[in-house]
Amino acid sequence: MDKRADEAIISVRDLTMAYGSFVIQRDLTFDIARGDIFVIMGGSGCGKSTLLKHMLGLISPAQGDILFSGQSFFLASDKDRDAMRRRWGITYQSGGLFSAMTLAENVILPLELYTDYSASEIEDIVAYKLALVGLAGYQDYYPSAISGGMRKRAALARAIALDPEILFFDEPSAGLDPISSRLLDDLILEIKDSTGATVVMVTHELPSIFAIANNAVYLDAATRTMIDYGDPGYLRDNSKQAVVRQFLTRGSSRAETNEDAESSAHE
Amino acid sequence: MSDAPAGFELIHCNDTDAKLTLSGAWVQGCAAQDFNTLSSQLQLGTSTRLTVDGAALEGWDSTLLAFLLQCYDHCKQEGITFDTRNFPEGAGKLLALATAVEPLKQDPEPEQSWLTALNPLVLLKNAVTRLKESLAFTGEVSIALVRMVTGRSNTRFQDFRQFCFEGGPSALGIISLTSVLVGMILAYLGAAQLQQFGAEVYVANLVTIGILREMGVLMTAVVMAGRTGAAYAAQLGTMQTNEEIDAITTLGISPVEFLVLPRLLALVCVMPLLTLYANLLGIIGGGIVAGGMGITPLQFLNQAEEALAVNHLVAGLIKSVIFALLIAVAGCRAGINSGRSSAAVGQAATEAVVTAIVYLIVADAAINIIFQQINF
Repeated sequence: MDKRADEAIISVRDLTMAYGSFVIQRDLTFDIARGDIFVIMGGSGCGKSTLLKHMLGLISPAQGDILFSGQSFFLASDKDRDAMRRRWGITYQSGGLFSAMTLAENVILPLELYTDYSASEIEDIVAYKLALVGLAGYQDYYPSAISGGMRKRAALARAIALDPEILFFDEPSAGLDPISSRLLDDLILEIKDSTGATVVMVTHELPSIFAIANNAVYLDAATRTMIDYGDPGYLRDNSKQAVVRQFLTRGSSRAETNEDAESSAHE
Repeated sequence: MSDAPAGFELIHCNDTDAKLTLSGAWVQGCAAQDFNTLSSQLQLGTSTRLTVDGAALEGWDSTLLAFLLQCYDHCKQEGITFDTRNFPEGAGKLLALATAVEPLKQDPEPEQSWLTALNPLVLLKNAVTRLKESLAFTGEVSIALVRMVTGRSNTRFQDFRQFCFEGGPSALGIISLTSVLVGMILAYLGAAQLQQFGAEVYVANLVTIGILREMGVLMTAVVMAGRTGAAYAAQLGTMQTNEEIDAITTLGISPVEFLVLPRLLALVCVMPLLTLYANLLGIIGGGIVAGGMGITPLQFLNQAEEALAVNHLVAGLIKSVIFALLIAVAGCRAGINSGRSSAAVGQAATEAVVTAIVYLIVADAAINIIFQQINF
């Protein structure tokens, strides 16, 4: 392994993902360094969200392992797993906010479970977290009473409640207008810069990918494995894989035919 | 931890300027610093400018930011100019981010307090609203039925078989249990009284008529209200939450025709069959108890056959069709009018079962009175 492996906060090793006998992706090996903004990209149905669910420990791998700071998640005891999970903040594709709780209660839940703040301190922290995502004063609203973009930001407030080391986002800006999407990117970047968190996200939004990501993996649906890995800006211009260049330029680089892409994918 | 405890010191430099120095590690678990202490100190002075200095900070996390945000909000409220200096870069950025958007001043609509919720007038009003809704929904269902009979409806009959299976054969186990037990209960109850006149053998008549006219169909309906009525409410409520019902409506299809009719018809088809099955098992249950009291199976069968009249059987079957309609309407209405959250789907399922059971009992009483009047 190169020197990145030493500082890797997440290492994926020979991961094979399958539902029953149906293999979705095989032989995934990559590292995510501390402080990276890492993007999982690929066409629809290639297994991006499934990879994220594996990283979150929601699905067990068919083969291979995922290491957090060198420690295997799937071999760890329940107690160690809980300790690892406590360092994560996650937003789900449709927000994952508890619809029967107000925004404040949503953010309070992890704080009450895992910190020893007093009730009044928790109230202050919640006010701060909601202010951070631009939702100051929305404490007593229910998720159903606010807009989709606000729900995405409220989910972010819950994800950062515990000041996590690793933030996982599943399509954070899907369904947002370009301006809201840009603001959300800026927000993620600001929070990442100020807290030093590592960000792992699944996204299709090219502007987001180029604006904030410094590392990425491309999962190919046809060959069912990763075909390139690195800085997305660099991959756009220099990837050996035509598919990757096409993806990153919205299909406008058609210099090579699909057949070339297929053959090079098997190299 | 070797970090110094979190602390602050407020100095009123002159009439207009105050300086707040933060020191130590402001991290989770540090000796908590209460903002109220600071705000009362601030009230004492006449400052119009507060400068917060973070040079002596040794560590920080959300605890610090939450405190700073309170300072900021307080200063803004009191018209004091708020300045920060010498803060770690990250903390400064986060504070800027947190104060970028004006807080919302408007509170959401207050929830009903439990006193209002228990007010009999309010309860009555809610009941009336629900009854109106049910009537309107029954109207919609009737219109949809007419359209279906005339062949103009978009009813999805592919689901019909599935609903019949879910509502019928899958319910046989629990129906067997309840009806056998109810038959036994009726027999015990009757036998204890009839023994006083030495007329134990009439237990068979009592069980047969009781099960056919009343208990068989009522118990089946109660089980189906809990099983199928609640399932319908949960299915349709989840579809409402997922915007599936919106999708159906915008495709120009009536959700009542598309979703409610197949469920309603399935229940109307299986309920009489389930009732027949429950009747049979109920009478067998009665027979078991009678056997324990010295009545031979042959005697029991003879007596039961004597009591078995077509009108008793038909009375039960008529009830079963009416009950099926009521259960389906209560369940589907609760589901379609459900709110769009997980809690609302739960409420819809509860409401479906509760209204269905109330309807069942009221309808049963009404039908019995009518049958009594017409000597059926």
